[in-house]
Amino acid sequence: MLVSLNWLKQYVDIEGIAAEELAEKITRSGIEVDAVIDRSQGMTNVVVGYVVSKEKHPDADKLNICQVEVGEGDVRQIICGAPNVAAGQKVIVALPGARLPGGVKIKKAKMRGQESNGMICSLQELGVEGRVVPKAYADGIYVLPEDAVPGSDALELVGLRDIVLELGLTPNRSDALSMLGVAYEVAAILSKEVKLPEIQYESISEKAEDYINVRVEAKENPLYAAKVVKNVKIAESPLWLQHYLMAAGVRPHNNVVDITNYILMEYGQPLHAFDYESLNSKEIVVRLATEGEKIVTLDEQERTLNAHNLVITNGVEPVAVAGVMGGANSEVTNETTTVVIEAAYFEGISVRRTSKELGLRSDSSARFEKGVDPNRVLLASERAAQMLAEIAGGEVLEGTVLVDDLDKTPARVVVSPDYINSRLGMKISLEEMLSILNRLQFDVEAANGLLIIDVPTRRQDIKIEEDIIEEIARLFGYDEIPMTLPEGNEQVGGLTPYQAKRRIVRNVLEGAGLYQAITYSLTSDELAQKFALKAEDTTKLLMPMSEERSTLRQSLIPHLVEAASYNVARKADSVSLYEIGSVFLGQTEEQLPYEEEHIAFVLTGKWVDHTWQGEKLNVDFFVAKGIIESLFEKLGLTDRLSFTKTTVDGLHPGQTAAIFLDGEKIGLIGGLHPTERKQYDLKETYVAELNLKAILAATVEDLVYAPVPRFPAMTRDIALELDRSKPAGEIVEIIRQAGTKLLKEVKVFDVYEGEKMEAGKKSVAFSLTYFDPERTLTDDEVVNAHNKVLKVLTEAGAELR
Amino acid sequence: MEQQLKQLEQEALAKLQAASNLKELNDVRVAYLGKKGPITDLLKGMGKLSPEERPKMGALVNAVRENVTAQLEQRAVVLEEQAIQEQLEKESIDVTLPGRPVRSGNRHPLTRVVEEIEDLFVSMGYTIAEGTEVERDYYNFEALNLPKGHPARDMQDTFYITEETLLRTHTSPVQARTMEAKKGEPIRIISPGKVFRRDNDDATHSHQFMQIEGLVVGENIRMSDLKGTLDKLAKKMFGNDREIRLRPSFFPFTEPSVEMDISCFKCGGSGCNVCKQTGWIEILGAGMVHPNVLEMAGYDSKKVSGFAFGIGAERIAMLKYGVDDIRHFYTNDSRFLSQFHRTEG
Repeated sequence: MLVSLNWLKQYVDIEGIAAEELAEKITRSGIEVDAVIDRSQGMTNVVVGYVVSKEKHPDADKLNICQVEVGEGDVRQIICGAPNVAAGQKVIVALPGARLPGGVKIKKAKMRGQESNGMICSLQELGVEGRVVPKAYADGIYVLPEDAVPGSDALELVGLRDIVLELGLTPNRSDALSMLGVAYEVAAILSKEVKLPEIQYESISEKAEDYINVRVEAKENPLYAAKVVKNVKIAESPLWLQHYLMAAGVRPHNNVVDITNYILMEYGQPLHAFDYESLNSKEIVVRLATEGEKIVTLDEQERTLNAHNLVITNGVEPVAVAGVMGGANSEVTNETTTVVIEAAYFEGISVRRTSKELGLRSDSSARFEKGVDPNRVLLASERAAQMLAEIAGGEVLEGTVLVDDLDKTPARVVVSPDYINSRLGMKISLEEMLSILNRLQFDVEAANGLLIIDVPTRRQDIKIEEDIIEEIARLFGYDEIPMTLPEGNEQVGGLTPYQAKRRIVRNVLEGAGLYQAITYSLTSDELAQKFALKAEDTTKLLMPMSEERSTLRQSLIPHLVEAASYNVARKADSVSLYEIGSVFLGQTEEQLPYEEEHIAFVLTGKWVDHTWQGEKLNVDFFVAKGIIESLFEKLGLTDRLSFTKTTVDGLHPGQTAAIFLDGEKIGLIGGLHPTERKQYDLKETYVAELNLKAILAATVEDLVYAPVPRFPAMTRDIALELDRSKPAGEIVEIIRQAGTKLLKEVKVFDVYEGEKMEAGKKSVAFSLTYFDPERTLTDDEVVNAHNKVLKVLTEAGAELR
Repeated sequence: MEQQLKQLEQEALAKLQAASNLKELNDVRVAYLGKKGPITDLLKGMGKLSPEERPKMGALVNAVRENVTAQLEQRAVVLEEQAIQEQLEKESIDVTLPGRPVRSGNRHPLTRVVEEIEDLFVSMGYTIAEGTEVERDYYNFEALNLPKGHPARDMQDTFYITEETLLRTHTSPVQARTMEAKKGEPIRIISPGKVFRRDNDDATHSHQFMQIEGLVVGENIRMSDLKGTLDKLAKKMFGNDREIRLRPSFFPFTEPSVEMDISCFKCGGSGCNVCKQTGWIEILGAGMVHPNVLEMAGYDSKKVSGFAFGIGAERIAMLKYGVDDIRHFYTNDSRFLSQFHRTEG
């Protein structure tokens, strides 16, 4: 909402208050002022000029040489390129030395050899937005009325000596979508009175009801009023009216349309003017549209209507989409002499729905949507009649044709001052409360320790006690509210075990050198199930903004790989990212998808890069696996973790493992497939994804200290020749099974494949640690235990080396 | 023989002085004092001497032996010292060369902000409640006093999945769900999470972002409690000398509703580019829980009251760290992420 202070002054006294100060007061007490716009924008030396003569420029087709009088006897030559400049016009002249918006400075100049002492201006050159400049002057200079005095301040005359407040209105404050609404707000803040427009006019004896009949067939329209004005003379509106509209961001058209727009801005009540002749009927019927019914609206678009859209018809065909936009068929034109003014109350939900469906928002729909003041509808129609008589020379027919079933009673709110103070945590006196409510012009009575308040219908947002609390608090001042902390808490704060462990998981991964990434939950349909631990039905948006963000992901890996690729493309020689986030599994009409928190990471490039020592290590499968192992160790789950070779689309078939916790598959790890790597322009890249929910749900025993060993352990090594495809993990398992209770640890310490081995074979060396916490083991005991292991291995077909 | 002995002594002393390291010195010891050495030979030959000469000669040999031994030991000390010096010399390094880096990553700046806020509220007795990213229309809107067709729904343009399910537009559905589950019991929660709006991604908009919601419900929860709590938050996140101010605002789920500004941490309130010359920076929205919201969740709004607030983690991080483009948080450029490594303060 753009509020011209010149206009606002008509209703409330704001003399002596600087615009900035007023803006601050309005902002602090409830309505945010987004901007304070000085429409003069610091312009100087802009005066009224009289075009004495106009000649063609000898050397330029499009330029004219004008002699312009800019003061008593002060005639200057000015070159002007505007197509509409003409001798005898009063125009706006920027004299040499003038500063115009956008840093333009006017100087004496020669244009194609002819001297020019200034510039004849369009409104746009004075900083007025092109979309609000009247069409007649949209592509040329602005022409002033004949009585403008050459040499006088032109800015004053075109209403640019004005300051506009731009209000950022929240949806509840639709009352401030009108100058009067703003006036009430400002009056409450400044403790002033509101001066309402005086409505007085004379009617002629002809009766409106003899011209038009109104029938309403839809409950969405509880009030419809029509006034008829004849013999209007369509013309440009007086300057003041045009300037107020332009300041409010509305383009002036002609006096009739301008008057309806002026009242829309003044009262917040949208009006519509029909050309009586082209209505072609003596009746107005308000009804729901028929499915597929068509109307060409004022913007010359054909609109197809739905059966729940409310329309105004002439009994046969629609002439307006109710509350949204009029129809072209009944538009006021230069030939119009009799107009029907519609003032109505259309239900907000209906207008909102129609406006949304038609993709058509207007100043009118914006106000109906939020609910107009039921008590201003008829006032606005009277105001229109008055202005049509005063400004357009119209004759108002007697009476209003009215269908009225609208409840206009004010909302009553009863609240106790104690309740107000208890909710605010402060002590505002009853007198202070009454004073504030009076300033708001709420009808209030204090009785039996209660405030009985009848809220004016312009404030549709106030319905309950809490609304009154807010009114009182905001006008009393939020700065006055003390600072306390909530009392009486028996709850102990803290993280849930899951949340606490999740932070530890982060610490482990970050300690291992990974950075936390956050990527989008939405992805493309194509990537949604890629790398998914368990692919299930996907969850898709009804109306995605792009295919790329249309479906919820089932794996974190695709976006991490994209992030790795992004970094590598920017010359990162090492990327290590992890993410904790949800995947979305399954979706039916009734059920939400199952959201499962996962953890995933991606590694590519150098892992160790100690330049001057010459040690280097690129990431490999075992770097990635080591991170998972250290995570499980931290969580006390080492013994319950296992890996089994598997294949996954997009991963290297020889470098991929499924990860199991207690035999349940909970993750995968693998090298990115070479074709994938090529696609993302990545070198060796390793990824892993684990079901974090499952991992953190696994409970472990309480931590109990084990005595520090007092006796030495003994180790024995075994080297085996194995088929290349034989997993070492299986041998470790056999050794573990075969070992007596003295066998404490089995480690792989060497793997060899190469020249010295037969093709298809490998040598794997294991180190076995024997230990008894109670005493030092003898050689014999170790030999016995170790021989058992060897025997089992031999029986299993392993070849000792 | 005496003469011979003296000569041996001279020889031994000369050689041990000439020894340049401990090994050579040991060779000298073995050569002169060893079982096969000349001095031992001399002692063996003493049997041929007269009984009168024997003790005299014996004493003489012992004296020479002791002298050589003593000199050997002295020389050994010197050489040992020398050997250590050589070792130290050899092991000397350029201490200005860089150390062996210890790999370590760090949290995302948004998580850093979220955890900082979580920790503050946990210390004030709050627990952390988390919800799902896909929500029902009911919990995202209707239970929060935003019935279907409500104009304020436009404030949060929504990604719908079906007529009744959507990507949550705020973390407030966690409020509604928590209240419903607590069945009238007091509540103190903080609820961080990802939220979504239909926005084109640009420097100041992101279709996915992170919100942190706070909710307190109980008997006698006052607006002054909200103000005091927000003051703690402002000071924790932006420094102890921050002041806060509340401005009236509107959210359908709170009444009264406010927006909170903090005094500008850059200029302290005198006006600068960070606060757009106003001295104040808008930080978050908050308010007293709307009675309809309490009632819908089964609370008696005449007996209990509550406050709620919602913070955008991106906004806090952008202000706190001076980040100028919201897309940085989701591009995951290592050169961005790795900047949030160190401690502050």
